[in-house]
Formats: sequence, C-alpha cells, structure tokens
Amino acid sequence: MATRSEDIEPQPRAARPAARPGPLAPPMELAELINDRETRIIVCCGSGGVGKTTTSAALALAAAEAGRTVVVLTIDPARRLAQSLGLVELDNEPRRVHIPNSSATGAEGELHAMMLDMKRTFDDVVAAHSTPERAEAILENPFYQSLSSSFSGTQEYMAMEKLGQLRASDQWDLIIVDTPPSRSALDFLDAPNRMSRFLDGTMIRLLTGGGRAGLKFASAGFMFFSRIISKILGGQLLRDISAFVAALDTMFGGFRERATATYELLRRPGTWFVVVASPEPDALREASYFVDRLSAEGMPLAGLVLNRTHPPATTALSATRAEGAAEEVAESGVEGAEVAAAALRVHADRMVVAAREQHLADRFTSAHPEVAVRTVPAAAGDVHDLDGLRVMAGELTAPDADTPTGTPRTRVLPARRG
Amino acid sequence: MSPDPSPARLHVVTGKGGTGKTTVAAALALALAADGGSVLLVETEGRQGIAQLFDTPPLPYQERRVAVARGGGEVKALAMDVEEALLDYLDMFYNLRRAGRALRKMGAIDFATAIAPGLRDVLITGKIKEAVTRRHDGRQVYDAVVVDAPPTGRITRFLGVTAEMSQLARSGPIKTQSDGVMAVLRSPQTAVHLVTLLEDMPVQETTDAIAELTKAELPIGSVIVNMAAEPVLPVDGMTRAAEGLLTGSELLPALAAAHLNDAATIAEALVCEVTEHARRWAAQDALRDEVEALGRPTVELPLLPGPMDVGSLFELAGRLEDHLRSRVAA
Repeated sequence: MATRSEDIEPQPRAARPAARPGPLAPPMELAELINDRETRIIVCCGSGGVGKTTTSAALALAAAEAGRTVVVLTIDPARRLAQSLGLVELDNEPRRVHIPNSSATGAEGELHAMMLDMKRTFDDVVAAHSTPERAEAILENPFYQSLSSSFSGTQEYMAMEKLGQLRASDQWDLIIVDTPPSRSALDFLDAPNRMSRFLDGTMIRLLTGGGRAGLKFASAGFMFFSRIISKILGGQLLRDISAFVAALDTMFGGFRERATATYELLRRPGTWFVVVASPEPDALREASYFVDRLSAEGMPLAGLVLNRTHPPATTALSATRAEGAAEEVAESGVEGAEVAAAALRVHADRMVVAAREQHLADRFTSAHPEVAVRTVPAAAGDVHDLDGLRVMAGELTAPDADTPTGTPRTRVLPARRG
Repeated sequence: MSPDPSPARLHVVTGKGGTGKTTVAAALALALAADGGSVLLVETEGRQGIAQLFDTPPLPYQERRVAVARGGGEVKALAMDVEEALLDYLDMFYNLRRAGRALRKMGAIDFATAIAPGLRDVLITGKIKEAVTRRHDGRQVYDAVVVDAPPTGRITRFLGVTAEMSQLARSGPIKTQSDGVMAVLRSPQTAVHLVTLLEDMPVQETTDAIAELTKAELPIGSVIVNMAAEPVLPVDGMTRAAEGLLTGSELLPALAAAHLNDAATIAEALVCEVTEHARRWAAQDALRDEVEALGRPTVELPLLPGPMDVGSLFELAGRLEDHLRSRVAA
C-alpha cells in the first residue's frame, strides 16, 4: 500500500546538513576582482585534481573578454584544453589565443597562454647569470640535469621564476598563474624557499669541500655528517654535486634574491590568491591549511572556489520524499512510470550528494567564516574548448544571487531559516 | 608452482590526483584480506588518508591493524615516514641508529632526503620490498602488500629509482639497495594498478603512465575505473535524454501517482537533472572505448552518493574481489 506523501516528511537525520544554521560564507565577486585594473596577479592554488588549470584558464578568458590584456601561465593542462588554447608546442613563451565570437561588449582584451617548461626556464636562469663557459659546464653536469628535471620543488620554483619574468616585462596588465600539482598545496609556497636555500649552498659547501675558506672552519660534527652522507649517497654523486657547486659559484645569492623578490611580489597589493577545492574532504582539508598559511604570511585571499558541485535543479523535493515518490510511481504501473521513477531516483541521489557537499562546505566555513565562497557546478563532460571555458567563466563571475533555483552561488543547497 | 592462485603479491595503486586512489587501495586491501588473508596497506604520501577512511587515529610509522575481513583476514596499515625509514636504513646497513638520531636533530636528514632526488623514493620502495619479502618462521608475513602510491605523473620515477640512482650513484650502498628493490618491482609478483575516472585528463594520464611503465619494464596490473555513473534507464532512454529529447509533459502523467505539490515545476526540474545525468553518462561512455583500447583487464567501481565510510569500502571491495576472481580464472 502506497504511503501518502505527507507521511514521508524528511527525517531529521537526512536533512541534518542543511537544517543546522551554520555561519554563512560571504559571496565571492570574481567579476569585480578581474575588472579591477589594480588586480595584477591572480594565483590559483589547491591540491591536485580539483580543476586549478581549468579555473585559471576560465578566469583568464573572462578577464580578456572584460577588456584586460591577460596571460595565463598553465603548468600541466590536459592535452585537448592545451590545444584549444593553441598550446600545441611547449615552447615556454606566451602565445596569443584567438577568441572567436568574442564579447559583444566591444572591449578590446587579449588572451595569451603559455605552458611552463621547467627545465628550459632553469636553463635560461643559468645562462642569464653566468659566462657561456660556466653555463655550459653547469648544463652538462649530471647532478644539474637531475636537479632541473626532478628535484621536488623545481617546478614550483620555476613557476615563481616565470611569474617574476612575466611581471617584469610589463606586457600584460593581468597575470593568472596555475600552480603545480604538488603533493600538498603548501609545497607551492615552501618549495621555492627550500630550493633557494639549497642552491645558496652553505650546506653543500660544508659537505663537499667546495674549496672555499669557510670550509676550514667546518666543525667536527659536519665532517662526521659529511662522511655519513657520502656513505649513503655514494662518492660519485658527491663529486658531481661538488663540481656543480664550483661551477655555480657566481650565481650563489642570486637564487635566494630572486626567490625573495618573487615572494615579496606575492605579498604586494594587486596580487590575489584564489584557493580551488572540490567538495571532497581531502581537497577541503588542503584548502583549509592553505587559507591558514596565506593568512599567516599576510598574503591576500580572494576566496574559495568550490569546484564541481552538484546543486539540484529543484530543492522543493527532499531526497526522502523523492525516494518515496519513486516507489509510488513505480508501483502505479502507469505508462511512463519507469522513466518517471528513474528521474525521481536521480533526484534523490542528487539531493544526497548536494547535502554531503553542503555539509563539507559548511564545515569549511565554520572554521573560516571570513573566507568568501563561490560554488561552480560540475559540467556534464570535460571542459576542453573555449565554449566550455566560457560556460565555466560565467559560473565563476555571475552575480551571487543570479541562479535558476534562487540558491545563492555561495551554496550548494539553500540555507534553512536564513 | 606457487600455491597462491594470484601471482601478484605487491599491488601498487596509482592514478591521477582526485581519482580516489587511496580509496581504491583501501578497498583492494580489504578484497585481498577476504577469506583469511593478511594484508599490509602502505601510505606513501603522508596525508593520513587511510586513517580517515578507516576512521582511526593518525597512523604512526608502525604496522597497525585497521580492519578485519571475513574468514579471519586482516588489514594492517603503515604510514611511511621518510626520516624514520632513513633511520631504519642506517640501522640496518651501518648500525648507525644513534648517530642517525643526532643527524636528525641537526636537520641533516631532511637535507639529505631533499638533496638527492630519489633518495626519498629509494627509502620508501626499500621499506615496501622489505615488507613483501619479510618472513617469519619460514612463512611470508604478508599474503599481499597494497601501496597507495604517488600519482601517475610520478609513479614511474617512484618505482624506477634504479635508473636515476645508477646515473647519480654509480656505486655505493644506494645502488646495491635500489638494484635489490628493482628485482622485486620488476618481477611477476608485482602489479601496478591504474585508477582512472572516465574523464579526458585521467584517461590520458593513464595511457601515458602505461607507456612509461612498459618502457621501464614495470609489470602493469588492472585499470580500475572509479566513480563511474551507472545508467538509470535502458540505453536508448539514456541516449534520448542525453540528446535533450525528454520533456516534462512526458513525466507528468506518471508523477501524478505520487501526489506531489506543483508537479509541473518538479517535472521540469527532473528533466534537467536526468538530462545532465544522461549527458555525464554519455560523456563517460565515450571514453570507455579509450579505456578498453588500453588492452588491460578493467573493472568499474560505481560513484556512491553518500559519504565514503567503512561500509562503502566493503561495497567497493566486493566488486574488486569479483574482479580478482575473474582474473585468476582467466
């Protein structure tokens, strides 16, 4: 016997995430941010697989269509997205992206895109800071070759290096940076410093006997350390490092200076960080760490992009009631019952997913009530062309309250008792 | 020869970031522990994702039981810690544990693991090899070891440390150690499984990783398609919906049976959601051919709507168990 729908009121447990009124996140107005001429750098960061590259590219497209001259520095775009941006060759230089049927607004923006080639960027730094002979010696050193292509942190360091170069050229009035797919989102802030500390070489010199006077004063402790390191690493590696350090001698200091300069650039007015996360516990935990860290470092945060959410097309029918309705419809056996019941089940699942996503977003906002949020619904397929990017750009920059269901774009589900 | 029906004992699980490789690794460990197996699940990236999945406190650098499976099977888990692994290593080869502790105080171990690209990976894979080959009273301690490995972008470098190490350290204990590890990693007792979603980028990375792993002579296991949308309608219905041909007025008569308020509005919303679901399914379905073309045994795991908990892990483990059985039968 079918139950009447009034009997299937949502259980308190099923409705829990939405029913408890938590703090409401402030809306993130990205349209204002990219339209503001004072905004010169936007850094998109977050853990791997959350859509940082697509977010960066979509923001860049939106900015270009709003009349800015933009360059987007991508680290590792999907092949089809790279192709649609004209990034067929990885040549480490920005390329103008042709935007067909561009804005009717008549604003004359430009979109340029580039893909980071970390080895080439590193080679360029070496070449720019030493004599041709020394540069050659460095480039041929096996330790350098390994360092420039695989040292954890090289990619982060070179992304920062490239950002500094792009900013110095003054050719673009807005630079949007995608960050490397690091193990942890924090690597992006830590790695350049770790790398420059390493390249500054105090420790290496002590280790390798790089032939400088300072070594004579190396403590017994360090000598002992050096012997052990030698044991672990093998003598050959140490000899390569030693030769590398000798060749790099003139460049010492330069690395730290550059890393410090870029770090300062990130703290200057006009730079904004956009933290990207998917509605998953891991990604939001990383986003949380990152938000704390940015605030500790005095770096400006524009807000959190919660990417690939699944807002339902209606919130008038709860998951529990949709499940019940699906049963009733299926039992009725009328024509079209199968499709209608399936549609109700799709909605029930969708409500469960949305409730989970909202619950995760609420947890984030409880911990960081001051952080602005923008949710971006998942596209049905991959975003791999300019049209797809334009749709995403719309989701990123549309006014907070402008949605078909009336749920503000800060949320997946509406807040109860506002 | 071996009484073990499945030759692989070391299961390395990799995948692009965001594909859920930690979840798959955990479910695979449960599947292998079913019917009394003893399985070690190793976390290599220090995110404590395993502890969260099994709802236990953060894992130490110690093998600790996180789950029991039917028939007396058990899963132990270990969170890798590079400093601890280096101390182990110093102790094992040089009897230098005390000196190692002094070095750690100086920050030297952090430095050493940063200075040598790959030293980290040597230490981690070394520990994994030790667990795989560990014996007690003449019997293997673990029936299987499952590794929640680095993502596809780093997996070949992670496993193929020897190539890099022999270039850098042409002699010395590191070389000896990495050669021993490679002997295990390249043997048929290892299988590298790739977790993917039915999305462009993960499928592309899986394709690239298979090419790289093959070149590095590392044995490839199964492709595990995670979070696959399952069709809610017969295929022709899905196709019609994906093409945007489903209408609200089609649903309305049947919806009347449920006595909903404002059924017309709800019918329109349902059409939106079904269309989106069908488009997602169609976009995924288009990539199935690409996955099939990889020529690897493939298993699909469904997207579960609720939060991931131990119950869902067992559900996924059930699917993986079926897959493992079909592999043995094949």
